[in-house]
Amino acid sequence: MSLSPEQVRKVAALARLELSPDQLTVMAGQLNRILDFVDQLQQVDTTGVEPMAHPIPVENVFREDAPRESLPTGEALANAPNRGGNFFAVPAVFSDE
Amino acid sequence: MAEPYKIVIGLEVHVQLLTKTKLFCGCRNQFGLPPNTATCPVCLGLPGSLPVMNRTAFQLALRAALALNCQMASFTKWDRKQYYYPDLPKNYQISQYDLPFSAEGWLEINIHPDPKKGHTPKRVGIIRAHLEEDAGKLLHDESGRGGDSRVDLNRTGTPLLEIVSKPEMNSAEEAVAYLEEIRLLMRELGVSDCEMQEGSLRCDANVNLHIPRSDEPHGYAATPLVEIKNLNSFRSVGRAIRYEAERQFSAFQNDPQNYRIGRLLKTTAGWDDARGRTEVQRHKEEAADYRYFPDPDLVPVTVSPEQIDAVRREMGELPSQQRVRLQTQYGLSPYDANVLTAKGRPMVAYFEAVATILNDGKQASHRISDLVFPALSERNEEMESFPIRATEFAGFIQATATLSKQDRVDLFTHMLEQGVNVAAAMEATGLKPATFDEATLRAAVIAAIGNNPKAVADYQSGKTAAANRIKGEVLKANKGAPNDLVQRLLEEELAKQ
Repeated sequence: MSLSPEQVRKVAALARLELSPDQLTVMAGQLNRILDFVDQLQQVDTTGVEPMAHPIPVENVFREDAPRESLPTGEALANAPNRGGNFFAVPAVFSDE
Repeated sequence: MAEPYKIVIGLEVHVQLLTKTKLFCGCRNQFGLPPNTATCPVCLGLPGSLPVMNRTAFQLALRAALALNCQMASFTKWDRKQYYYPDLPKNYQISQYDLPFSAEGWLEINIHPDPKKGHTPKRVGIIRAHLEEDAGKLLHDESGRGGDSRVDLNRTGTPLLEIVSKPEMNSAEEAVAYLEEIRLLMRELGVSDCEMQEGSLRCDANVNLHIPRSDEPHGYAATPLVEIKNLNSFRSVGRAIRYEAERQFSAFQNDPQNYRIGRLLKTTAGWDDARGRTEVQRHKEEAADYRYFPDPDLVPVTVSPEQIDAVRREMGELPSQQRVRLQTQYGLSPYDANVLTAKGRPMVAYFEAVATILNDGKQASHRISDLVFPALSERNEEMESFPIRATEFAGFIQATATLSKQDRVDLFTHMLEQGVNVAAAMEATGLKPATFDEATLRAAVIAAIGNNPKAVADYQSGKTAAANRIKGEVLKANKGAPNDLVQRLLEEELAKQ
């Protein structure tokens, strides 16, 4: 299995990563090694094996609907690159995701 | 169908669940808090934090899906939907992808052309209902100078139920009826307050047209799908669908070869309510690539048939069942049953109490709509806080049985404005039933007996119902006379004959 440079560029774009041509080559190599590893795993015969939804066999973990203290606004905003009053401030974006 | 096309509509509805806390953390789930005062490491997506599912949110979602007649999955899990946007601090939304907790349901709506007069049921299919977390709120700079957008993350991580219908609605009216039924159902079940203005009910509409053409393989040509967003009221849902249908029809007429589903990809459009038009926001060039994968921070949930039965028992009567019961139990018309049901459970409980005291469902329903409905809207009041409770209202109806409608309205208004009971209101306004003394009524009864020898003879030969003819004459001449008193006097006088 081998990713084309185009596919690597697309994955980078989806992750909002800007890669130089050199970095692209490095990443393509690393990603392809991961995919080769997965290819190897896929050789195992899994006929009759239930697909796994979670690595540990635990189900139905819930918490009660009881409020807990939230962070003070100042702490919540402490890591924000920019603040506007008690808001996070971000460059204007217009998209409808 | 007046238009030369068939509209095909599917709705994607999000309702915010009425929990105290968010879906995966203990921050408050409450509208209108000061910005960024309800956040924590979990909903901010800080490294090392761990989400844990809110039990109440899951129970409410189960209740809603059961009421939507969905099939419940015995095994369900949560997935990460990856996309980058400033209102989504984790850069993924926890949602459900391939194993939603419920699917394949339906909701019945009334599509009678005049829903006030009749009931024509139609079942709208539900593809799935799943549980997911909400994103934060983004406030754009309105100055036009391109200033920063501001982000409030209080809403981030609050629980949403997404309900996806099949494309089975065929008019703006049907789409609005579907939304109204969802809102009523969710409110009655205590699942959501469904306030569109506050965003606790949100709706996107997928719209396209089937245009009959005899030379097409299916007998019609289909226009490309448009997803309409920014629908902020039931009214705008109706207006946007009507506008979009006409817009698509003229786009098809301009280019019947190319304006086709399959030739153009799905488009997203925003509804501009002020201008009354849809604005194309984006042509999707390919299917969105969200790279879903199972969220390793959350464990799967299994649901047993016993749990489903327990939720079903707690659910109580659904609006659809209640409409039928009000008709069979109280003899109401479908319209009256629909109106009462649409007003919510407190109103129905009020009606049932009044109807039981009066032993007359129709009278109770008519008096409530004559008097209580207008008073509530005039006073901008909810049923729960209406000062005249059911027992007092029933007493009022009995005490004013012989008054004209206008007198009754005036008395009722006086009671509400002055906060007094019916006796005090009658005293103050002078609006009271005529009083009858026993001697006068007895004379009237004796006279009526004299006027009706045939009825007296029938009565004496065992046809006791004949007495009603005599009583009717007395009551006609003495409007408002108490029925039971006249009955007693009549029986006494007939016994002397």
